[in-house]
Amino acid sequence: MSASTQALSPPHRDPDTRARLGWTLVALVLLWPLLVLAEFRPWALFDAGNLRVMGSFLGGFLPPATSTEFLGYLLDATLETMAIATAGIALALLLAVPLSILSTRALAVSKIGPGPGRLGDRMARAAGRALLTFLRAIPEIVWALMFVRVLGLGPAAGVLALAITYGGMLGKVYTEILESIDTRPARAILEAGGGRFAALAYGLLPNAAQELTSYTVYRWECAVRASVIMGFVGAGGLGQLMDQSMKMLNGGEAATILFVFLVLVLFADSLSATLRRALA
Amino acid sequence: MGFELESAGLTHGNGFRALQRVSLRVGRGERVAVIGPSGAGKTSLIRLLGTALRPTEGRLDVLGANPWRLSAGALRRLRARIGTIHQSPPIPPRLRVVTAIHAGRLGRWPAWKGLLSLLYPVDVAGAHAALARFDLADRLFERCDRLSGGQLQRVGIARVLYQQPDLILADEPVSALDPALADAALGELVAESARSGASLFASLHAVDLALKWFPRIIGLRGGEVVFDLPTARLTDSMLHELYAAEGAMLPVQARDAAAGATTDPEADAKVIRLDTSRGR
Ligand SMILES: Nc1ncnc2c1ncn2[C@@H]1O[C@H](COP(=O)(O)OP(=O)(O)O)[C@@H](O)[C@H]1O
Ligand SMILES: [Mg+2]
Repeated sequence: MSASTQALSPPHRDPDTRARLGWTLVALVLLWPLLVLAEFRPWALFDAGNLRVMGSFLGGFLPPATSTEFLGYLLDATLETMAIATAGIALALLLAVPLSILSTRALAVSKIGPGPGRLGDRMARAAGRALLTFLRAIPEIVWALMFVRVLGLGPAAGVLALAITYGGMLGKVYTEILESIDTRPARAILEAGGGRFAALAYGLLPNAAQELTSYTVYRWECAVRASVIMGFVGAGGLGQLMDQSMKMLNGGEAATILFVFLVLVLFADSLSATLRRALA
Repeated sequence: MGFELESAGLTHGNGFRALQRVSLRVGRGERVAVIGPSGAGKTSLIRLLGTALRPTEGRLDVLGANPWRLSAGALRRLRARIGTIHQSPPIPPRLRVVTAIHAGRLGRWPAWKGLLSLLYPVDVAGAHAALARFDLADRLFERCDRLSGGQLQRVGIARVLYQQPDLILADEPVSALDPALADAALGELVAESARSGASLFASLHAVDLALKWFPRIIGLRGGEVVFDLPTARLTDSMLHELYAAEGAMLPVQARDAAAGATTDPEADAKVIRLDTSRGR
């Protein structure tokens, strides 16, 4: 230990300094081999040969397709994609809402004291979390591949796949949002004999509604993108259209489809902003 | 019976002993104030009685039952009969005042009624009456984040009166109010206890208010009961000894408000005239 650290008398030294330095070092030591493993070499992008390849790939997208016939297909596919994403999120909510209410510690009345039933409650919370983990651990594309085999080509497979994976993601994040806001109002209601739903509605939702809404809308946006990937395996919507365009090496059509994505993402953004303002 | 503690102790999670050897008995309808310097354990004691914390030693009986021997359902019914006024009201800022008041009855209402009341307030008249006692009836449909700290504290009191508990616990319930309002608010609490027969147990920072409104006073210091006496038998020297660590002057409500009076040594003598303000 150096003389200068000894010179600082203990009460004037931040006791957390050593831990912070330590964790920073640990993070760096862990990050390095991960970057090597992931073959992180961004400078390769600026190689003259690679730049030419990317340029001709992107050049193939121009000009965007605007034929009336294609735009007709595009409109149908866009509506189908929005329907898949919306129905998928709606079904996902049916899984996520009850599971997050079950799993969140913010509504655990038996933790107060702790009181009766804490063992059962703890097991229920662990089971809820485990189920949420399972639901989101398997990528939606895997579910889509399976459901396409069972239900045949079309949007139904995409909807079910989204419902399962996104149910798990929404449920996990809802659980954590409910724990990260001020939980004293809900606790006060539980301490005055109120039930779980009352504590949620009067104590947590007023503070959490904005976060919950913006995460849900963001997930809808992700579902739009995910439905494209699933479209490649035959689950309908813009993805299926994009798959056909790519197979026919029609970059112009792909460009128009990508433009529709941009519009959908912008739409999700403004919807989120509007809802947040309404709930402020 | 109100409650009974028998050589109860409370050790917090970090090993800090906040209460030790506390024995108290407060009867039905009795009104008792607890005073003591900051850090004495007043909040800990109130949370113990409100079944928010569990004693680590000794025995606790609240409203005729040992809460920690009850089943989950019975504990919930017991908690619905205990109303705790928190020092800073645990009310989400976005809640409307009417909803914040209704939250007081969530322990009695079935879940559907609580949820319905969020869509359309089921008992506007009751909430209005509770607020009117604190001159806040015109704020019924205001949002809580539009209220001042003192107004919010009175909403917190009104909510507990609306709960109609059999035991009212109040943790420095008037700390954010100016002297006139503090006096009126304590008067309402005392009147409610007299009307409904509920026991009232309040921690107070201002000694003069305790002397004025409560016939029995408990002095708490370092987690131990220093005295437990009828107000008429309290002496100046006992009070000064209780606050010895805080300097020569007793914390009182009236002086806190009168700017400059703090330096006037006679202010003390004026306010703490024990024989004139002694228990009602
Ligand atoms: N959750 C807690 N964990 C550890 N110590 C606590 C906790 N709550 C209170 N204390 C300590 O217990 C003592 C009594 O606190 P409290 O009951 O809030 O006193 P008062 O309300 O009289 O000011 C204080 O020294 C405080 O630091
Ligand atoms: Mg306190």
